Amino acid sequence: MALPAYASTGQRVWHYSFRVICGLIFFFLIAPILVIIPLSFNAQNFFTFTPEMLALDPAGYSTKHYEDFFTNSDWQLALRNSLRIAPVATILSVTLGTLAAIGLSQSHVPFRRAIMAILISPMIVPLIISATGMYFFYSNPYIPTPFGKIELPFTLTGTYWGVVLAHAALGIPFVIITVTATLVGFDQSLTRAAANMGAGPVTTFFKIQMPLILPGVVSGGLFAFITSFDEVVVVLFVGSAGQKTLPWQMFTGLREQISPTILAVATILIGISVLLLFTLELLRRRSERLRGMSPT
Amino acid sequence: MTEVLAADGRPLKASLNRALRRQKLRALALIAPLLLFILVSFVMPIGDMLFRSVENQIVSETLPRTVTALEDWDANSDEAPGEAVFAALYTDMALATEYKTHTRLGSRLNYEMTGISSLFRKSGRGVGRFDTDTYTNAFQEADPAYADPAQWSAWMQDANVRTSLPETAATYDAWAQMIVEAEGDVPSEEEPWDFVYTALYKEVMAGAQPPIAVDLSDIVPISLQAQFADIDEDWLDPDVWQTIKIYAPSYTSGYFLNSVDLAKGADGIETRPENEQIYITLFVRTMVMSLSIMGMCVLLGYPIAWLLANLPDRKANLLMILVLLPFWTSLLVRTSAWKVLLQQQGVINDVLVWIGIVADDGRLQLINNQTGTIIAMTHILLPFMILPLYSVMKTIPPSYLRAAKSLGANDWTAFWRVYFPQSVPGIGAGCILVFILAIGYYITPELVGGTKGVFISNRIAFHISSSLNWGLAAALGSILLAVVLILYWVYDKIVGIDNVKLGARTWHCQHMQAPVSASGTTVSA
Repeated sequence: MALPAYASTGQRVWHYSFRVICGLIFFFLIAPILVIIPLSFNAQNFFTFTPEMLALDPAGYSTKHYEDFFTNSDWQLALRNSLRIAPVATILSVTLGTLAAIGLSQSHVPFRRAIMAILISPMIVPLIISATGMYFFYSNPYIPTPFGKIELPFTLTGTYWGVVLAHAALGIPFVIITVTATLVGFDQSLTRAAANMGAGPVTTFFKIQMPLILPGVVSGGLFAFITSFDEVVVVLFVGSAGQKTLPWQMFTGLREQISPTILAVATILIGISVLLLFTLELLRRRSERLRGMSPT
Repeated sequence: MTEVLAADGRPLKASLNRALRRQKLRALALIAPLLLFILVSFVMPIGDMLFRSVENQIVSETLPRTVTALEDWDANSDEAPGEAVFAALYTDMALATEYKTHTRLGSRLNYEMTGISSLFRKSGRGVGRFDTDTYTNAFQEADPAYADPAQWSAWMQDANVRTSLPETAATYDAWAQMIVEAEGDVPSEEEPWDFVYTALYKEVMAGAQPPIAVDLSDIVPISLQAQFADIDEDWLDPDVWQTIKIYAPSYTSGYFLNSVDLAKGADGIETRPENEQIYITLFVRTMVMSLSIMGMCVLLGYPIAWLLANLPDRKANLLMILVLLPFWTSLLVRTSAWKVLLQQQGVINDVLVWIGIVADDGRLQLINNQTGTIIAMTHILLPFMILPLYSVMKTIPPSYLRAAKSLGANDWTAFWRVYFPQSVPGIGAGCILVFILAIGYYITPELVGGTKGVFISNRIAFHISSSLNWGLAAALGSILLAVVLILYWVYDKIVGIDNVKLGARTWHCQHMQAPVSASGTTVSA
């Protein structure tokens, strides 16, 4: 990459202008996210920098939008709902997904490709289509039989469990992918050795297999969590006002009456993503070090 | 020759087979709970949507007698059907009004012909006030037994009466069922309604023997056609009947035809009126805008991927954070950022005014149009282009470029003839990925697209939550699903099945588990 000493003027000009172009693109990527952080401390209800803010006058800044977020009952309800839905959906997808990934990694699985395709499908199908199907089916669930539909005597739309079910389905592909990827490097003779020494399948799983695949399970869980925590299309269709989540509240806020509190919430969410990115990077470094492939 | 035996005395071959079978079953038992879960929570909903895009049982369920009677009517005739059809409609409408299903049917048929909804609502109100009570009174005056609910109930259980008055019996049964289901009353305690007497009258006039003989000769027959025409002249309009007849079958291609601006007419498929042709335009717009977003992503993503792939690891990792941070930031956060930035009083316009590029009164309209959607979505989808491109470029040895240059190629030739062809798989993968994700987007176009910058997804959502035309929403969704699946199939052919995993955010988890250098495969590695 470094410019050689014998570079011509044209090469020099191109070298530096290419750097400038890349800088501009990086600016395009990152600036919109960074700009809303100072804007969220605006003392006015504006969405642009006020002269006081530009003059770095402390009077131009305030935390009132954050106070609004923490005191407004709508936002607090949304936060509570998000924190009630995402962890339960994550637990569901991680438990079922890890079990299935272990099953899929065995050597003789009939229809492996077809099963894999079905399990991955929630990630492939556009969200609006999943939401449409779930909205129809959850409002009137039935069991199809050759003789007609057997309608079930309950409905899932507008219920807590309906949203959890839908979010768990959306999170499963991520768990399957991360855990199967970890299992590729898993030495099956370890479980055989454990069995040889008298450990039952359950003991083998928790004492031998689980600790080794834990990084994959954790990152799968993080993906599932963030999928549910960020998700808005499905919850808009399947949920009702009682299941209003943080993204839902942001969505309606942006569509109807845009309030600066949204910027405060966005800043908090950026903080969460930075934390998440950091955690995943640590996990990645760890697994690279375990494989002995780290450049350091 | 002796057979090889296992420790337990069974033949080794059988024993191995048994072990293999058990292993397969154990694997399936581990997968089964999740498979069942996905089937119920995801696959069946998608199936339900596909089913709803062709399902059309509402007409034959709400107006069963009318649909049967209409079979003899020629849809191409210029006249409304005859008295028999109106008699069937009378019974159907009276029942549907009590079940409160006539308004639903009205809204359903209104999608095909404007005005039917109000026609059905009006008729539902009017059908109880028909002059047919003349018949009722005539029977009841001739013999009080005809006014006795218990007597009616007894007659209708008598096999002789049922054989001589089949129509009346069938109508009475439908009425009795409605009394139980819709009203919660007991049929043997309720006097039958006018339409039951009407059915009885028609059968008696046709020569059937009533349970108690009645002289009906001085009653003036009431034309039900005229009664319906009194409520609304539209009932005499053959077009209304044509619509009912065309949409009578339980399954219809009507929703799909509607999705491509066609309609079913009496003579087959015809194009919709100009002012109703919106879907082809919308599909084309979705495609064109997704293509422009894809193009923008290639344009902006290629230099970044090249820089990241050719910098020393330490610097590249640092710059990678600038790509991954937006990737990991909530979609709503990024959309709100653009909503705030692109406003007329927003930061971008403020900066432009401050620099002096635009006048204060000539601020640019950057949001609620196609520009807004393209800018915001390019930003959101750019990482999905950069990451696969980067993976591919990382596998291209830098020595190739040096070799080309030492053989006399200038910078441009070396790049264009040597480097670029090798990065094409990455461009292909990134493009399909960005395109697939773009055509299904809903949230961002909804928030920054205004009316001109929305996609087909927004129309689907509109039909589900506002217009309530679920069949059309399902048909539009099915078409979109088919397009996405075809693109995934292409993606699979180009990139390979093992890399199909590469979807939203997956690149990172792939990357995490199997770093590029280790697996060496093309894209998701």
